Amino acid sequence: MTTTVERPSAAGQSGERSARSLVDAVFRAREITIAGALLLLVLGTWAANPRFLSDQGVKDLLLNASILVLLAVGQSAVVITRNIDLSVGSVTGLSAFACGQFAADSGHGPGVVLLLGLGIGFVCGLVSGALVSFGRVPALVVTLGMLYVIQGVGYWWAQGEQISASEVPDGVLRLGSGSLLGVPYLPLLAFAVLAATGWFLRNYRTGRELYAIGSGPEAARLAGVPVRRRVLGAYLFSGTVAGFAGALWLARFGTVVADNAHGWELTVVSAVVVGGVAITGGTGTVWGAALGALLLTTIGSALAVLKIDAFWQGAITGALLLAAISADRIVNLRVTRALRKRSSRHGHGA
Amino acid sequence: MLHRRLPAVTAAVCALAVTLAGCSGTTKDSAGQDAAAGASGATADPDAPLKKGLKLAFLPKQINNPYEKLIDEAGIEAAKEYGGTGKEVGPSDASASSQVSYINTLIQQRQDAILIAANDPNAVCGPLKQAMKKGIKVVAYDSDTAKDCRQLFINQASSEEIGRSLVRNLAEQVGHRGKIAILSATQNATNQNTWIRYMKDELKKPEYREMKLVKTVYGDDADQKSFQQTQGLLQAYPDLKGIIAPTTVGIAAAARYLSDSSYRGKVVLNGLGTPNQMRKYVKDGTVEQFSLWDPEQLGYLSSYAAAALASGRITGAEGETFEAGKLGEYEIGRNGEVILGPPTVFDRKNIDDFDF
Repeated sequence: MTTTVERPSAAGQSGERSARSLVDAVFRAREITIAGALLLLVLGTWAANPRFLSDQGVKDLLLNASILVLLAVGQSAVVITRNIDLSVGSVTGLSAFACGQFAADSGHGPGVVLLLGLGIGFVCGLVSGALVSFGRVPALVVTLGMLYVIQGVGYWWAQGEQISASEVPDGVLRLGSGSLLGVPYLPLLAFAVLAATGWFLRNYRTGRELYAIGSGPEAARLAGVPVRRRVLGAYLFSGTVAGFAGALWLARFGTVVADNAHGWELTVVSAVVVGGVAITGGTGTVWGAALGALLLTTIGSALAVLKIDAFWQGAITGALLLAAISADRIVNLRVTRALRKRSSRHGHGA
Repeated sequence: MLHRRLPAVTAAVCALAVTLAGCSGTTKDSAGQDAAAGASGATADPDAPLKKGLKLAFLPKQINNPYEKLIDEAGIEAAKEYGGTGKEVGPSDASASSQVSYINTLIQQRQDAILIAANDPNAVCGPLKQAMKKGIKVVAYDSDTAKDCRQLFINQASSEEIGRSLVRNLAEQVGHRGKIAILSATQNATNQNTWIRYMKDELKKPEYREMKLVKTVYGDDADQKSFQQTQGLLQAYPDLKGIIAPTTVGIAAAARYLSDSSYRGKVVLNGLGTPNQMRKYVKDGTVEQFSLWDPEQLGYLSSYAAAALASGRITGAEGETFEAGKLGEYEIGRNGEVILGPPTVFDRKNIDDFDF
């Protein structure tokens, strides 16, 4: 696998550095490709209809992408460790409803509501993470189970009720509609989480260990990485981010029911994979995942503006996914070959 | 090498989470069980028009459907007026066959009447026919079954009247001229498509010749998609005058979007919504008016219709009439259909009279 984790290696300093920068370059290329596709899409749509990039249009694009970007960042941390979190849609939905009911009953402002969202997400992530890491149950099964369990809790809690915008305190709704220096709060928050996570995964040892686990869990364990704790950590993060996203969902949409983000887990996974985070773990960045999320939501908005029927959105998303996975496979093979060549040239004093 | 963890922060968040979850947890009540126990020993009173002690069971599409919950609760409440009892049971998902086992259970419990909002017109047919064979009366509401699988269908409003009245109302608001669009739910929703067909038919009338339906878009009853479709409409048709959203999810999403976008006040939004969802947007002026039937009246009428059937006052044949408490007399139409009445229009003046 194409891990970028530093290993104790007999290879020369320069050899290692150039191998790493090669890998970096390849994956940066992936992000550049997505960014290019996004740019083409935006410019193309803008050419067809200039209002697409009006003040309101840009604001809409950013707002539409915010929640998906957040969820994609959380999901990336899990996928990088060669796991998956299918419960994020349910967690977001439960958090949105719980925050809505809490805000409606108590009249609290956005700060407390966001904390509640974070807390609910944390608890959900703790259960999923503990089952996957310490229970050693496959992530797919655990989080699929959690998807239904959390949804069930939501249904039980909501009892068919819904929270309407008129019940939600204005302060909370302003979080969804207000802006700072012309940039709405939601994209700002999403960007902050994205940047912090991206920095952490790249520069902190714990972050690098997540990649190592995804590249080869057994090898990581032998190298002394506390695999279970790190995987649990990834789930805690994903869950907490999903809970946060739920609180923002309430702020943005105003009306919440028990199963708001129903089906979003698959969109999130699509965004992550399209964004270059390999579903087999070990590679990709949250920046790529965020670009993937932005690309998917922008496609939806562009199709609507171009008066193209929305059902094409599904087909296009599917095609992008297949393209991304094929690209991953090809790049993997090439990089592996290139690295092998290099290490035979530099390495092990052979 | 940097090696950090966040134990203090996570612990704090966790502790807070527990306290908060505890706080909000106490706001929950465990409603919903009170109606579970059915009455027994029905004593027929030959002099009274309706039998006492009738047992009614409401079977919604799914147990957590907010709209049908209102219907069912009103129906159960109405049963008390004539000395009967009602309960609500149902599946947690709205799939075609999920109601079947519930019907079988209700047959075993010897209910006097089953009121059902069918998830699928045919999937529930077998068990419902079984029920009718055993003398249990079957009334469909909100969502009909196949015609021969129930005795009555209580329709909230005729589809034709819904479609036409929405066009009439919007036309009044935009002065009978300009481009309009429709924001629907899913592309294959039967009720939506029927309403849209009548809207298009209404628009053919000469008084609407200066109005043009430019596009029908589908928000799939999902918030984000409804937002995006609304944005797309407004960008693609900058001179759009009005949007009809005949779906409660769609109209709430469109209203939320309009309420803080630069399009607010430039485009008229009308459609079908619930007063609670729309209250904020009516009060802040984003939306002037919208329509819906009163689900509580629908439940009330369904309850009385079931009681009239179970008491042998009606059989479900066309032309029969029955008394439905405070709502007055209703006549059974073609195919055993009873229509509640024209949709109610909600606006700034009357919205606070309603809480659903």
